Amino acid sequence: MFKFIISKLAMIVPTFFGITIVAFGFVRVLPGDPILALAGERGVKPERYQELLVQFGFDKPIWEQYFTYLVNLFQGDFGTSIATKRPVLDEFLTLFPATIELALCAIIFAVLLGIPAGIISAVKRGSWFDQTTMGIALAGYSMPIFWWGLLLIIFFSGTLGWTPVSGRISLLYYFPQVTGFMLIDSFLSGQQGAFKSAFMHLILPTIVLGTIPLAVIARQTRSAMLEVLGEDYVRTARAKGLGQMQVIGVHALRNALIPVITTIGLQVGVLLAGAILTETIFSWPGIGKWMVDSIFRRDYPSVQGGLVLIALIVMVVNLTVDVLYGFINPRIRHQ
Amino acid sequence: MKKFGKLLAATALMSATVMGSAYAKTLVYCSEGSPEGFDVAPYTAGTTFDASSKPLYNRLVEFKRGTSQVIPGLAESWEVSEDGLEYTFNLRKGVKFHTTSFFTPSRDFNADDVLFSFDRQRNADHPWYEYVPGISWEYFNGMSMPDLISDIVKVDDYTVKFILTRPEAPMVANLAMDFASIVSAEYADQLTASGTQEMLNQEPVGTGPFSFVAYQKDAVIRYAAHGDYWGGKQPIDDLVFAITTDAAVRGQKLKAGECHIAPYPNPADIEGLKADSNLVMMEQQGLNVGYLAYNTQVAPFDNAKVRKALNMAINKQAILDAVFQGAGSAAKNPIPPTMWSYNDAIVDDAYDPAASKAMLEAEGVSGLEMEVWAMPVQRPYNPNARRMAELIQADFAEVGVNVQIVSYEWGEYLARSKELDRKGAVLLGWTGDNGDPDNFLAVLLGCDGVGGSNRAQWCNEEFDALTLKAKTVSDAAERTKLYEEAQVVFKREAPWATIAHSTVFMPMSKKVKGYVMDPLGGHWFDGVDLDQ
Repeated sequence: MFKFIISKLAMIVPTFFGITIVAFGFVRVLPGDPILALAGERGVKPERYQELLVQFGFDKPIWEQYFTYLVNLFQGDFGTSIATKRPVLDEFLTLFPATIELALCAIIFAVLLGIPAGIISAVKRGSWFDQTTMGIALAGYSMPIFWWGLLLIIFFSGTLGWTPVSGRISLLYYFPQVTGFMLIDSFLSGQQGAFKSAFMHLILPTIVLGTIPLAVIARQTRSAMLEVLGEDYVRTARAKGLGQMQVIGVHALRNALIPVITTIGLQVGVLLAGAILTETIFSWPGIGKWMVDSIFRRDYPSVQGGLVLIALIVMVVNLTVDVLYGFINPRIRHQ
Repeated sequence: MKKFGKLLAATALMSATVMGSAYAKTLVYCSEGSPEGFDVAPYTAGTTFDASSKPLYNRLVEFKRGTSQVIPGLAESWEVSEDGLEYTFNLRKGVKFHTTSFFTPSRDFNADDVLFSFDRQRNADHPWYEYVPGISWEYFNGMSMPDLISDIVKVDDYTVKFILTRPEAPMVANLAMDFASIVSAEYADQLTASGTQEMLNQEPVGTGPFSFVAYQKDAVIRYAAHGDYWGGKQPIDDLVFAITTDAAVRGQKLKAGECHIAPYPNPADIEGLKADSNLVMMEQQGLNVGYLAYNTQVAPFDNAKVRKALNMAINKQAILDAVFQGAGSAAKNPIPPTMWSYNDAIVDDAYDPAASKAMLEAEGVSGLEMEVWAMPVQRPYNPNARRMAELIQADFAEVGVNVQIVSYEWGEYLARSKELDRKGAVLLGWTGDNGDPDNFLAVLLGCDGVGGSNRAQWCNEEFDALTLKAKTVSDAAERTKLYEEAQVVFKREAPWATIAHSTVFMPMSKKVKGYVMDPLGGHWFDGVDLDQ
């Protein structure tokens, strides 16, 4: 097992270097110029432009800029945002808990609904439940997030008034951030109604962000279950006279879960991408919204820092899934 | 452990604030974006100014609420020397800086604060010139302050003298602008001593009507009314900015009562918001102009008659209907009607394709191919440049001019449109900084701006002489006359097709009392009250 983990870790190193090159190159390939973006319509005089080029270090050859960037990166310095003049890592860490909280809720929502829906659909294959669920899953998968979010806001917040429109908690509540996770912080604050408010604010963004993973997980569970249900050992289990619940829960599901776990792991990337839109609609102060703002401002250090950090997180999650997969499926770790 | 203690203290303080303010009047403003920081001078964006300079700071002089008229601020009065080179400001006494959890002032505002606020922007050797890596003073530089100000002298604790290199009539108006906000020198000293200079940009201290309480990045900014404000305590106790970037969501929040005021509504939502019985919709003509600038240095656009003929081919009403959806008015001058010295006697070029075609033929122009540049972004003076370019393309086609629409990324667009040999005409616009006509006429059309902010590359001696003279004259009536004449020259020479001035809408709850729209586009909450 140790060897297996080491081999997976070894793969991360070249990937990480590749990502730094892509992140560094990506923002520079984008048309536009951070200094001109900073100056806006008012513009900047040529001599001032030169001064700023030197100040930001953009006058140096590209390889030198990359090398400096890499050296700084290994010292934990992700640079300073051109727009806010604050360290990129500080900004990222301030906002990251909000994204994690939303992503975790979304994936829990997707798993809790998706797996049972997939199982029931597989067991009752061809039934009205199966057809309806899979129809909804297909619709959910194809739903444009922005439209879906606005629709939910207009209906649940505007027309019914059940949920708040946007934000993380009612503005009435005010307490210092301890963990950055609003559900935990609101609970710790001891203020009456704060936790409920934080929970209510999470409902719509969780549904919006969780819709696509929910659809994917439901479909994946269904097809994995269908495959497993046709296996000899399931037939044997049934022949032994085991109850339906035991056959499905113990014999079929455990084997069907292997590809489902991989799918869940892969959804982390999807969640972080979906968070960009979800956070924008719901004024959710996470890294997705921050990345969009940074791209518009051509804030090179923030964009490349954000990309590297997000990529690192996705790599770590995938590594964890791989390791987990190895635990569940011994064939993998012995390969 | 120390951190934990600090946290406990903060919790206790905040709980006390919340409990103490259970019945406090709290105004919630759904702002459209996050501020880049809270020190005003390094930034150029209106969103940042709304969250920093407006609630937190004052300037030596201020714009009177709802106007671009300059009135005393932290300076009670000022005198200008005969030669127009020395501006002496007499400072207000007894002005208190904010007392916050991170700073307790030991003295009132004085001349040292004024010197600190400007010296850090103009003196590269100043210890605060680059107090965090990458900081720069773009507005101060953009307004040519380094060339204009020769020295700033402290005459005594309550008198400051600005010495200029040349007479500049808009100088006082310039000092009412956001970048001229006065920060506390004493607070800066405290931060230097503790080695945390960057906090000036994160935990601000000013003399303004509200003091800073907390900022949760990209989510909420909290302010409290400044109890010792020299202008008197505010009717509301707390001000909250709930950052909501999407316009449709802002509209929903307003309807749901989650905020009291929300700027920049979607044009499509305006009717729905107007129909809501709990809301009122304020509107005002913006201090802006959207225009199409020809390159007057390239044939055939170097011929004023050709430019004039093309202007006559543009159906402005169709543009107002399709692009502004009624939220705009046709522009005939390069300055908006709300600005002093606007020459209303000028008659706009009538929309007349037949006459336009005849004029073009008379000038020997036939089968003309040209580019029209469409901005890639939405701006207050042009909500949809692509659509506008398409309408102009269709209008020009009617008079036999074939238009190709081009666009670039915004930074590229701004840079390339400055090029002297640029092909074709560019759509662009301007929003006023300080309410002075010089800020439009000289900046956008003066000879100094050729190759820069003068996108028409138009240098007309007569026009330039008028605007330069107006800059050196301090008599308002005489300046008005000069600017009115300049507008006549502009209309005759037609370096631009003036398209429109947009209308700015501001929906708010009926509970909000005393809100005044700012012609300069800012959002101010001093003097605003709430019906409970």
